[in-house]
Amino acid sequence: MITFKMNGLDVSAEEGSTLLDVARFYGLEIPTLCFMEGLTPWGGCRLCVVEIGEGPRAKLFSSCTYPAMEGLVVRTDTKRVIKARRMMIELMLSTAPYSKKIQDLASKFGVTQQRFEPRNEECVHCGLCVRMCDEQMDARAIGFQNRGYKRKIATPFDVKSEECRLCGACMYVCPACSLRCQGPNADTDICNACLQVEPTCLDVYDELNCWMYDAGRCGTCVQEKK
Amino acid sequence: MVCAGTGCVSCGSFKIKEALEKEVRKQNLQDEVLIIATGCNGFCERGPILLVQPEGVFYQQLKVEDIPFLVEEHLLKGRPVKKFMYIPPKEKNPIPKMKDIEFFKHQRLIVLRNRGRIDPEKIEEYIGFDGYEAMAKALAEMTPEQIIAEISASGLRGRGGAGFPTGKKWEACRKEKATSKYLICNGDEGDPGAFMDRSILEADPQAILEGMVIGAKAIGAEKGFIYIRNEYPLARQRVDIAIRQAREYGLLGKNILGTGFDFDVEIVQGAGAFVSGEETALIASVEGRIGTPRQRPPYPAQKGLWGKPTVINNVETWATVPNIIRRGAHWFAGLGTKTSKGTKIFSLVGKINNTGLVEVPMGTTIQDIVFRIGGGIPQNRKFKAVQIGGPSGGCIPAKLMDLPVDYESLTEAGAMMGSGGLIVMDDKTCMVDLAKYFLNFLRDESCGKCVSCREGTQRMWEIVKRITEGKGRKGDMELLEELAIACKDASMCGLGQTAANPVLSTLRYFRKEFEAHIFEKRCPAGVCVNLIRYHVLPEKCTGCLACKRGCPTDAIRGVLKGVHIIDQTKCIKCGACLEACRFEAVETQRDEAIVIVEETR
Repeated sequence: MITFKMNGLDVSAEEGSTLLDVARFYGLEIPTLCFMEGLTPWGGCRLCVVEIGEGPRAKLFSSCTYPAMEGLVVRTDTKRVIKARRMMIELMLSTAPYSKKIQDLASKFGVTQQRFEPRNEECVHCGLCVRMCDEQMDARAIGFQNRGYKRKIATPFDVKSEECRLCGACMYVCPACSLRCQGPNADTDICNACLQVEPTCLDVYDELNCWMYDAGRCGTCVQEKK
Repeated sequence: MVCAGTGCVSCGSFKIKEALEKEVRKQNLQDEVLIIATGCNGFCERGPILLVQPEGVFYQQLKVEDIPFLVEEHLLKGRPVKKFMYIPPKEKNPIPKMKDIEFFKHQRLIVLRNRGRIDPEKIEEYIGFDGYEAMAKALAEMTPEQIIAEISASGLRGRGGAGFPTGKKWEACRKEKATSKYLICNGDEGDPGAFMDRSILEADPQAILEGMVIGAKAIGAEKGFIYIRNEYPLARQRVDIAIRQAREYGLLGKNILGTGFDFDVEIVQGAGAFVSGEETALIASVEGRIGTPRQRPPYPAQKGLWGKPTVINNVETWATVPNIIRRGAHWFAGLGTKTSKGTKIFSLVGKINNTGLVEVPMGTTIQDIVFRIGGGIPQNRKFKAVQIGGPSGGCIPAKLMDLPVDYESLTEAGAMMGSGGLIVMDDKTCMVDLAKYFLNFLRDESCGKCVSCREGTQRMWEIVKRITEGKGRKGDMELLEELAIACKDASMCGLGQTAANPVLSTLRYFRKEFEAHIFEKRCPAGVCVNLIRYHVLPEKCTGCLACKRGCPTDAIRGVLKGVHIIDQTKCIKCGACLEACRFEAVETQRDEAIVIVEETR
């Protein structure tokens, strides 16, 4: 067992676990986007950064890739961490403004403005689909092409891949191209209304009173009825 | 001795060598004169370079047609030829000897000690100058612990840029228990304006091999790799020859020098990605995967190449090692400053008279490097700043000229040692434009894994580009700063963590220039094309038509002896007219009749 400090708490962890594992085990919330259980940690979205060390030598590291080590001093919610996370969200929001998942993150961290020119590319290069295809589906039909700002995810040589079985797992895990916000001004607003407004329809489903009727039922009440 | 570094080769030094050989045969001197192609002399500004030994006479900027005259005068009649010698700017008398030239006088050669002295393709010459003495000493007389203690005591720090103590790195790798360990020599030099690694690889490849064998003994490795970037074909060729010759002499391979120690080296060629110089990305690249960095820890010294402990050092570091072992840690520690020991090679480029490679002790001031060795700024322009450490480095303004160059003071000033590229800038360099240039490089070369670096560099570039186009907005500087700090904080590898430096350091020292671009819509240096306008001063124009001939878009109207006019709708602001106007045929400088006017929109 390894023991170290996390947010002032003395925590212990098993050899080989990551800081994210430990934080989740102790109920400390760390946001993630490119992390998914069952896939190798990637460390690309930089949302799960935590501050390690003390004083001027403290640095930010992604907790999903950092191994738990004896004697670490980890803080998961410092001002510096929050600032970095908010900037990452703003950057991703400017690339894929329609993604529900990123909008939710934005609303959670109070990112209400987006100061960069929106690009509407949708893909945020989190690499989930690439890893899913490789590690879970054992197909390796898609991968990264190029580097820097030209980086994209595609099949080799941009032709239809023979390895692809059209299983759709890549689409299933994608945080950007699935689950778009269905709110009234989806194209222009960073809406998040669904997170900020208390749902009024939890008891019984009623078409006339459902405020989500036009946009499509959210399904909350149906689940509740069971 | 003909210089055959890449700089001189591109000026035609191989042709010079051929002509020399022909001429020497013609004069029947082949038994008395030996012609040697050496590695880079460092004074690349003046190539092709020829050095006549033993007198040490230095000839520069030679042409093939000069050779017969030179051979006849100097080699046959013994009269050194003055007109091919180096004349310092502002002076009239040539300096015949290499050791008296300011550029060479103030240097302290340790790593580059064999430059211009040996033929890099002949191992015998390297051995003749104490080569492989250190290796023999390390293999026969020293234990691995002693080697590491010696390197630690010398205070040698990684020359790749970050300055991690080499002894500490070796020790960490030594401690690891593993079936096999590896060594890597990092020759993936990618900074714009840096070429010291190339020069060492080309001029003294045996020194790198010797250093690696010593390192291998220290950590217990059996196999080493030299990673050379794709763009250095000559370096690769010479290292290849060096490895083959070392194997023939029993200095590499099985049972080196009969001591029972085995070590071999292999060359790996890069594929052209700047980020592969980062050690974890380099490992991925050697393994055959995409060169993207991964999280450290575990450090390569613990888990590196194929999961085995690996020591990665820069070319310059490896070439320093034999010198330390041969002459002792005490000697090396006596050079340099308190925290940075030894010497460092800098490549002097940009707006400077003596472009080239210089090796100076750590702690030499920027003033000394730029003015005493570098010979100052051409055309008597004002020194504005130096950009040090490549794209991840920063700008140091003229007011900090007395800054001693070592790892700590540079980091404090917002730059970094990096590989040691020194780009000198005069008052005609726009700092916003410079930041744009480096950001463009970085957004291209970021691997694209982290959001902070991929999007961060791209967005910073977009903002800076907008500013240079005159579309800067209030709040742009604050946004840039915020973004730069996030990029620095949140990125995974060294590239992203330092990618913000060009922005942060220019904002720190040249904030006024950014403000001029954003609020006043003008470019003080006259570089950003959207913010300037070329204009003919009627009272100065003589109507010589030189600018009209130089204009690529026919934007200049005018007749001989009549005042010219620039058609602003056609002008693409290339500056060719300004260049053409500056000199008259009779070689006297004349006031410029074409001026840059700040655009008032």
